Amino acid sequence: MNSTVALLLCGPAALLTTAILGAAAGRHTAATRLVYGAAFVISAAVLAIVAGHLASNPGEAPAIALPLGLPWTGARFRLDSLSAFFLVVVNLGGAVTSLYALGYGRHESAPHRVLPFYPAFLAGMNLVVLADDAFSFLLSWEFMSLASWALVMAHHRDEANRRAGTIYLVMASFGTMALLLAFGLLAGPAGTYAFDAMRAAHPGPLAAGAVLGLMLLGAGSKAGLVPLHAWLPLAHPAAPSHVSALMSGIMTKVAIYGFIRVVFDLLGEPAWWSGIAVLLIGGATAVLGILHALMENDLKRLLAYSTIENIGVIFASLGLALAFKANAMPSAAALALTAALFHVLNHSFFKSLLFFGAGAVLTSTGERDMEKLGGLIHRLPVTSFVFLIGCISISALPPFNGFASEWLVFQAILRSPELPQWGLKVIVPAVGGLLALSAALAAACFVKAFGITFLGRARSAAVERAHEVDRWSLAAMAVLAAFCLLAGILPGLVIDGLSSVTLSLIGDRMPVQVAELWLSIVPIAESRSSYNGLLVFGFIAISASLAAFFIHRFASHALRRGIAWGCGFADAVPAAQYTAVSFAQPIRRVFGSFAFRARETVEMPAPGSLDPARLRVDMHDVAWEIFYQPIAGAIDFATERLNHLQFLTIRRYLTLVFLYLVILLLVLALWP
Amino acid sequence: MSGITFDIAHLLAGSLVLISFMMLYQDRLFALINVFALHAVVLALSVAWQAYIQDAHHLYITAAIALVFKAIVIPVGLHRIIQRLGIHRDIETAVGIGPTMLAGIGLVTLSMVLMLRVTPEADPLAREDLAFALSIILLGLLVMVTRRNAVSQVVGFMSLENGLVLAATGAKGMPLVVEISVAFSILIAFIVIGVFLFRIRERFDTVDVGALDDYRGERR
Repeated sequence: MNSTVALLLCGPAALLTTAILGAAAGRHTAATRLVYGAAFVISAAVLAIVAGHLASNPGEAPAIALPLGLPWTGARFRLDSLSAFFLVVVNLGGAVTSLYALGYGRHESAPHRVLPFYPAFLAGMNLVVLADDAFSFLLSWEFMSLASWALVMAHHRDEANRRAGTIYLVMASFGTMALLLAFGLLAGPAGTYAFDAMRAAHPGPLAAGAVLGLMLLGAGSKAGLVPLHAWLPLAHPAAPSHVSALMSGIMTKVAIYGFIRVVFDLLGEPAWWSGIAVLLIGGATAVLGILHALMENDLKRLLAYSTIENIGVIFASLGLALAFKANAMPSAAALALTAALFHVLNHSFFKSLLFFGAGAVLTSTGERDMEKLGGLIHRLPVTSFVFLIGCISISALPPFNGFASEWLVFQAILRSPELPQWGLKVIVPAVGGLLALSAALAAACFVKAFGITFLGRARSAAVERAHEVDRWSLAAMAVLAAFCLLAGILPGLVIDGLSSVTLSLIGDRMPVQVAELWLSIVPIAESRSSYNGLLVFGFIAISASLAAFFIHRFASHALRRGIAWGCGFADAVPAAQYTAVSFAQPIRRVFGSFAFRARETVEMPAPGSLDPARLRVDMHDVAWEIFYQPIAGAIDFATERLNHLQFLTIRRYLTLVFLYLVILLLVLALWP
Repeated sequence: MSGITFDIAHLLAGSLVLISFMMLYQDRLFALINVFALHAVVLALSVAWQAYIQDAHHLYITAAIALVFKAIVIPVGLHRIIQRLGIHRDIETAVGIGPTMLAGIGLVTLSMVLMLRVTPEADPLAREDLAFALSIILLGLLVMVTRRNAVSQVVGFMSLENGLVLAATGAKGMPLVVEISVAFSILIAFIVIGVFLFRIRERFDTVDVGALDDYRGERR
């Protein structure tokens, strides 16, 4: 069935054609509809093809080799179960985002800077997932990076966006370099760049360790692992909101695909310690990401930092799967990998939903700063409802999907006592503690995000004039909210759908869940634990309706409606409300001095002066100061020293080239 | 391979290196160009000899190209340029002749040692040819580095390219299309450089590249 892959490749080809159309007709008013409509249709079509393939012949992995690219390898593409799953993630996200953009894109001030790159970005992500040789993979990966960079730079007149774009470009090149080296190691001295040849060759322990480290650098920098995350909270919010949703919800998942493809598929059997590195980085990423998110007042940046947290959870789960796989515990490894992939799917749903919500807030008020928002639940009732669903999902509260996948992660962690190595026995529960901490902090973070933005009273005049966004955007958000709920109450279906992936990568699967009574999920055995999202949903719905009914029926009808957060003042100004900073203050006091080197100073006025006292908080991004500034300083120093090389005479340049050539020849001549 | 064919090929390639040395100490432009024309003639002979002993007829075309363009067209063109620029009486004193010759001897030694070491199992004729070709390339670069006048840098560049052609013909089986395209790219480079020479001349009243540096406010 090679025709399936050929048919799937028509998707990116059609997207690239759309990109050219977008470039040609970018300034035309109808172009927005045309491009996003086409992107929607193409993504849906790819989705349908993948679904048809999975339904008709799930076990097969059709492949195709086109006579492009490297002469002796060609451009190879293959659709196995892992690619199929990530194609679903990419194109589901692409379709919903295009639907949202049909409405949101009309507010774009510079559509000709967005329209050509949006379909190209989607095409790049599709190609990365389909690629079956290192050359096509890296080419598509770089194409994806460059297209998203162009989208980040869409509003390049803004100084902050330019800085974000530069940092993103540097980090993306760095990541690709790491991937290049990793594939070089995998290809070995024979230089076989096709994935099936890499799968057959088993690198030695040293090379395998180096590949793992390079993949953590390469895929991790794209996904946002600490300390390579610095670009992410700058670049993701700088793009238009639907692109932010794609970058945060989907592109990070493509990075995770790259990691899984290499580490679980191409690298062969992992060493037992390889899990430890991934686990520790994942746990640290989760906690630091969500702490940063809590300190953030910009809605989109908050969401970007929260992406880092979720990536941390996914990587911790992948590390767990590696540890189990290395110790020949396939059922536990399958559980951990399923949890990771399930969280990948869930995060793509709710993070896109939340970015759409932030985009809706941005178009209706023109504000991203939460300190200037508030009370939007009265102005944007539908948006705030779906945003609330997103917040509940990402906070991992039942009955929504975030709970189901994080619960699976913890089920996998609870199997760690069966591991033979003492190092893992100690580290896995510790990482579990970090993940639990980050889950709790995530809940606090999204109470803050929702509460400050949508509840209380309006903090600025722009909010009072806000009105609900268009129907396309609302439809897209409603679809995602429905997905969040469906994946939460029917997790068994998703888990069974992922079984073919775990079968191909680990050789085992979780027990069949659809057969369980009442759609429960039982990850290990009935005697250990089970969860039933439908039951929880029913219980919450019935008890909440009953409570509401009793309150409305029996409570006093002598109601007096006061203003929110009036605090007992007669004419309470909006500034008297809880602010985003004050909400996060307790957590900053607890973790800040450690994680941000936060210092609070109180500046008292001189005695007798009527000036106000001020509380000043200094916070530092520690990763930035430890890792990035020394490197930047070294580069600055070196360029300063080498600067005079820019101003030599022509003859000197010739002499330099000549001397260099002679030195190389001398080395060759004197080499023993 | 019989002794006499090898000896003649060796002789021709060796005389190319010798003529490259002659270029190093020519301090008048006309003399330099004449030596270059001689270089091209010997190259054409050498290529023709290779064509004869390898029985590769397309190499005769390469030899003809070398003879027509490098031994006639380009030297005549350069002569005219020099006359029109009025610099035929200029004497170049960039680096002294003694050190230059010593450096040239060092370069030839280097290329011999290197080439004979890295190609022990190659055909002896190709081996010698490659070693001579590398020497010619390095000597051409040395001419470019030690001259100040733009015209003599062009000549250095052209002699460097002669070394490439020698290496290409010494190795059997180089397709003709590659050689023709190299020859044409050289010709185009010559035209472009010629145009630039006149531009530089118009602006600065000299083709001493030092004037460019003075213009940029640099000191040598």
